[in-house]
Amino acid sequence: MNILEMKNLTKCFGGLTAVGNVDFGVPKGIISGLIGPNGAGKTTIFNLITGVYKVTDGKILFKDNDITNKEPYLISGQGITRTFQNIRLFKKLTVYENVLIACHSNGNYNLLESVLRLPRCRKQEKQLKQKADDLLEIMGLKDRKDLIANNLPYGLQRRLEIARALALNPELLLLDEPAAGMNPDETAQLMTLISDIRPKFDLSVLIIDHHMDLVMGICEKIMVLNFGCKLAEGTPQDIQNNPKVIEAYLGVEG
Amino acid sequence: MDLYYIQGILMLAGINLMSVLGLSLLTGFTGMFSFGHAGFMAIGGYTSAMMTVNYGWPFIPALLMGALTAALMSALIGKLTLNLKGDYFCIATLGFGEAIRLVLDNVQYFGGARGWPGIPNYTNFTNVLIINIIAIIILANIIRSRQGRNMIAVREEELASQIVGINVFKYKLISLMISAAYAGIAGGLMAHYMTFLQPKMFSLVKSTELTIIVIFGGLGSISGSVLGALVLTSLPEILRSFSNWRLVIYGLSVIVIMISRPEGLMGGYELTPSSMKKLFTRMRSKKGNLPKSMEGGDTL
Ligand SMILES: Nc1ncnc2c1ncn2[C@@H]1O[C@H](COP(=O)(O)OP(=O)(O)OP(=O)(O)O)[C@@H](O)[C@H]1O
Ligand SMILES: [Mg+2]
Repeated sequence: MNILEMKNLTKCFGGLTAVGNVDFGVPKGIISGLIGPNGAGKTTIFNLITGVYKVTDGKILFKDNDITNKEPYLISGQGITRTFQNIRLFKKLTVYENVLIACHSNGNYNLLESVLRLPRCRKQEKQLKQKADDLLEIMGLKDRKDLIANNLPYGLQRRLEIARALALNPELLLLDEPAAGMNPDETAQLMTLISDIRPKFDLSVLIIDHHMDLVMGICEKIMVLNFGCKLAEGTPQDIQNNPKVIEAYLGVEG
Repeated sequence: MDLYYIQGILMLAGINLMSVLGLSLLTGFTGMFSFGHAGFMAIGGYTSAMMTVNYGWPFIPALLMGALTAALMSALIGKLTLNLKGDYFCIATLGFGEAIRLVLDNVQYFGGARGWPGIPNYTNFTNVLIINIIAIIILANIIRSRQGRNMIAVREEELASQIVGINVFKYKLISLMISAAYAGIAGGLMAHYMTFLQPKMFSLVKSTELTIIVIFGGLGSISGSVLGALVLTSLPEILRSFSNWRLVIYGLSVIVIMISRPEGLMGGYELTPSSMKKLFTRMRSKKGNLPKSMEGGDTL
């Protein structure tokens, strides 16, 4: 069963078709991959799914609900979150505050209750803070809780962005090049982390990455994108043996 | 300097502080600049004066009416401009502030440009003090709640805020409305302190002064705003004997602070009982290294 379904998805920037007529389903409960050369339109697809860009044509269905062109905060509320290719943390806030803010969707006390600091506000605040603490513990960031996010080493910033995404209790997690700029050691750690959190948080995951070992290692299904169009789709073996994919990546004349 | 004189200065500072607190939420915590806050003060001032003078309302309900009217007006402006990218909001507030002044210049019902004398003198030291304390408590409670942290998130990074489920437009609007309500109350306090209203009291200069105080005190710090309002309101008064030089000294001191501490007096730090305690223990154990220990772990 697919948790997310893209139907004939198209995005044009002026004359440039960044994504053209893509049909793709993201299966529930596994890790899938989205690969393709630079400028293929991978990040654009994430931006379309999360409502950051408006769709030119086509449809996006999440759990059979049409989420095409909804506001990003509503899509996030439905259970889809993401990380960014160029990390977007709340840079000047602490590690803890980054996660705590993302926990907010777990609370619903209103402004009046905040102003008067009523019991429901105090109780929920405690729960939110507990949840943020738990997440930092799981993600191994607890000892850096009070550090300013921008001062974290690069690899940990990526990790924090994943922690922040998990705070929203997502069902679908979109990771845009989570291993970018990491050394092989860190990449291996990240692979373990992603494979661990998938069952722990009952997630479906879609990863964009250029590290073929990472993608082939943990993804059960892969889609290849080239110049905005779907080139191939299938298991890692299918993809590795697909002549069209090899051609696109090596640039061999057909 | 007699007590009466000092009380007068403190009242002026308190009235200023009221609108500075509101602006602090908008600029310091939500990251939006407004150059029309004097306009919201004007709305609050004229509305509350109308309630006490023409309808015989008691002071507090009249103040609240002024706050409500200012908040509703800000909601209208917010609805129209907060969705626009870039600096449109800032420019819109500037236009709004000037428009309000020009309209009031021509409404004879309120005395027009000549002004409106004979407003009852209801503002006193006690009610300014109490209102400001309540305002500070409310603001602090908002800042350390999920709504306040959402505003801070919006200030830091709008796209990331959206992705973690924050309705950016809504939180900007809430921040603006609370901010305008505070300015409205300040306007009402001012009307019933001066016992006289004139549109030119609410010019762009006034709006700019409020923004300067917030930046001077430090963006994202309530205690900074309080300190800023106290210092920058009393400074010109204390320097009054220097006549023409006082505004030069005022300007110079703002410039000196901004050069030596670009983040403002308190920049992001809060003076709370617990941060004071931390500061003192740090001072006793090791002399020096002061600012770091004032870190407001309590702001969030
Ligand atoms: N906001 C935009 N305005 C105009 N063109 C854009 C915009 N965003 C992306 N594009 C274009 O769309 C195409 C696809 O870009 P996209 O970022 O999706 O590629 P990508 O597959 O993520 O590449 P990379 O591997 O380098 O991250 C590129 O040609 C890019 O220049
Ligand atoms: Mg990309």
